[in-house]
Amino acid sequence: MQYLPQIAFLVIVAAATYFLYRRITQIRKNIFLGKASNRTDRKSERWKTMLLVALGQKKMFKRIIPAFLHLLIYVGFLVINLEVLEFLIDGFAGTHRIFAPVLGDFYTVLINVFEFLTVGVLFSCIAFLIRRNVLKVKRFSGEEMRKWPTLDANLILIIETVLMLAILTMNATDMLIQGQDEHYAQTGEFFFSSFLVPLFEGMSLSTLIFVERFAWWFHIIGILGFAIYVTYSKHLHIALAFPNTWYSNLESKGKIENMPVVTNEVKMMLGMPTEGAGDPPAEVARFGAKDVNDLSWVNIMNAYSCTECGRCTSQCPANITGKKLSPRKVMMATRDRAEEVGASIAKGGKGLEDGKSLLGDFITKEEINACTSCNACVEACPVNIDPLSIILEMRRYVAMEESGSPASWNGMFQNIETSFSPWKFAPTDRFKWADDLKKDA
Amino acid sequence: MSDNINKVPTMAEMAAKGESPEVLFWVGCAGSFDDRYKKVTVAFIKILNKVGISYAVLGEEETCTGDPARRAGNEFLFQMQAVANIQVLDGYGIKKIVTACPHCFNTIKNEYPELGGNYEVIHHSTFLQQLINEGKVGLKGGGEFKGRKITYHDSCYLGRANNIYEAPREVLQALDAELVEMKSCRTKGLCCGAGGAQMFKDAEPGNKEINIERTEEALKTGANIIAAGCPFCMTMMRDGVKAKEKEENVEVLDLAELIAKNEGL
Repeated sequence: MQYLPQIAFLVIVAAATYFLYRRITQIRKNIFLGKASNRTDRKSERWKTMLLVALGQKKMFKRIIPAFLHLLIYVGFLVINLEVLEFLIDGFAGTHRIFAPVLGDFYTVLINVFEFLTVGVLFSCIAFLIRRNVLKVKRFSGEEMRKWPTLDANLILIIETVLMLAILTMNATDMLIQGQDEHYAQTGEFFFSSFLVPLFEGMSLSTLIFVERFAWWFHIIGILGFAIYVTYSKHLHIALAFPNTWYSNLESKGKIENMPVVTNEVKMMLGMPTEGAGDPPAEVARFGAKDVNDLSWVNIMNAYSCTECGRCTSQCPANITGKKLSPRKVMMATRDRAEEVGASIAKGGKGLEDGKSLLGDFITKEEINACTSCNACVEACPVNIDPLSIILEMRRYVAMEESGSPASWNGMFQNIETSFSPWKFAPTDRFKWADDLKKDA
Repeated sequence: MSDNINKVPTMAEMAAKGESPEVLFWVGCAGSFDDRYKKVTVAFIKILNKVGISYAVLGEEETCTGDPARRAGNEFLFQMQAVANIQVLDGYGIKKIVTACPHCFNTIKNEYPELGGNYEVIHHSTFLQQLINEGKVGLKGGGEFKGRKITYHDSCYLGRANNIYEAPREVLQALDAELVEMKSCRTKGLCCGAGGAQMFKDAEPGNKEINIERTEEALKTGANIIAAGCPFCMTMMRDGVKAKEKEENVEVLDLAELIAKNEGL
């Protein structure tokens, strides 16, 4: 019986690790439904981008209030989780606050720092809940934010709030138990949780121990459960922001990725030497993107890294003026489709051959046709997600596989083909602008 | 200094004389065919002639860079245009290109290298800024635009696409004008609505035209000159000003036109 809590702890940690591992493996498979990407060049620049944008939150600071609130949660998350190490050792070894006697006064300082951050996280979570539900900040609403995305956002904030309250409850009751039960080491005074002490004063020792133990178990199971939840949630950005920024597009934002397959064909048509001319033509599944497997894996990782903050959509000129396009929705749809296809394949289902596709069932032509390629969404994203590249790949599919571009665009294509200008002017009139000048010359 | 402010040398003429200019002025389709933007082309030609730089244009040999085709998804057409243009440019041994169109600038600078076309490409805002820094134009003081309120509309293909935010503003400052910024500027600049091949089709259904939204921002600054550096932005902003019935008080001018006027050209 003595070892029962330890066995229970071991089972819970093992089960959580298993589910987490399974889920991570699945997400990895979903991401790699995408095509290969060659973004492994310029490594030092990539590390620098990751350090500045993900670790350093550089792009968050364009909006100072959410940046500050987010920073509190972010630092809290990074630092408070150090305490999980003690939770794990205590849980496995059956000890209690194993570092307290070892670290002495420093332990008191450490826990006080953690508590300070805990209060910071609490403050931010409540502020964020108010921004979402009371102030109703505009970018948190929108067509794509109904139901699950809104519930997800609120759940994350509520879970974090409750986890923080559990830490403070645990510390407050611990202080009361110290001196009454020798299993509880002396830790010194914890500043913030001491405000909660009056709530628990007068309780019997066994009640206090029950509350303390309950809070301890609640916190550790909560953290493990939350870790699994995160993999189903927009909150996954806490992990994927790092690789996502590492694999950022480092080229000028105006540059659209080249299609070497097309280059070969064009050069052959013009009778120019082509690279690898003797090789059999590479198998081209499709020009452009109809479904998630036509995108690059970086596009799909982008989708999993999206935390649905809506900065992209709030800056999108098409969205601002009432068009259906929302860059955030493009990312959410890409993720949803990758999840759907991945889950189907895992079950031995039809996968990509289910009769559905990203373009058509999740994203419409009207949406992709509304894009001005202005890069405002790309610039706005705090974790360097690139919705534009997905939109452009879909336009390629529509233009080259379906010849389904808007009629005016087909007209423009024809003008370029026949008169080498997007407008229908005679090529011989091209230099007429200089006529008046030449007269005076 | 050139003796003839109105000459327009072509690459073909220069090549025939066995000469090669220092820089090619890539006029672009809008600069060649759009009645309004032809005036920008002429203004820039006059500046080039005034400072006596060695340049030429391609004239009838120039064709669309392929930018709108690529952005509308037609990669074949884009690459056909690009490869053909590269053949012409390389045929003349061109090393340096200046253009008054951010779309041509972006395409030739960023997208031609992978297809074998490697040139030093600069947008005319940067080119004008360099002329100003070298003391070749501007900074006379007391010019036509002294103290006038000017707002600058960032072109997406200069700004976010290529990180050129300051050159156009420095050009305006050389006019000794009062530069006022719109609510969305620089990295947050709002698109005029014409990028990504939107210039060549109607907008998708919505509740407002993008150029109206942007024009409203520009008018709010109280400026009576909206400065632009892009033919598409020029069209969209002019349409916006017209729709708002402000064309009596508010002009949309290109950076080259402002400098040319200031120089009395």
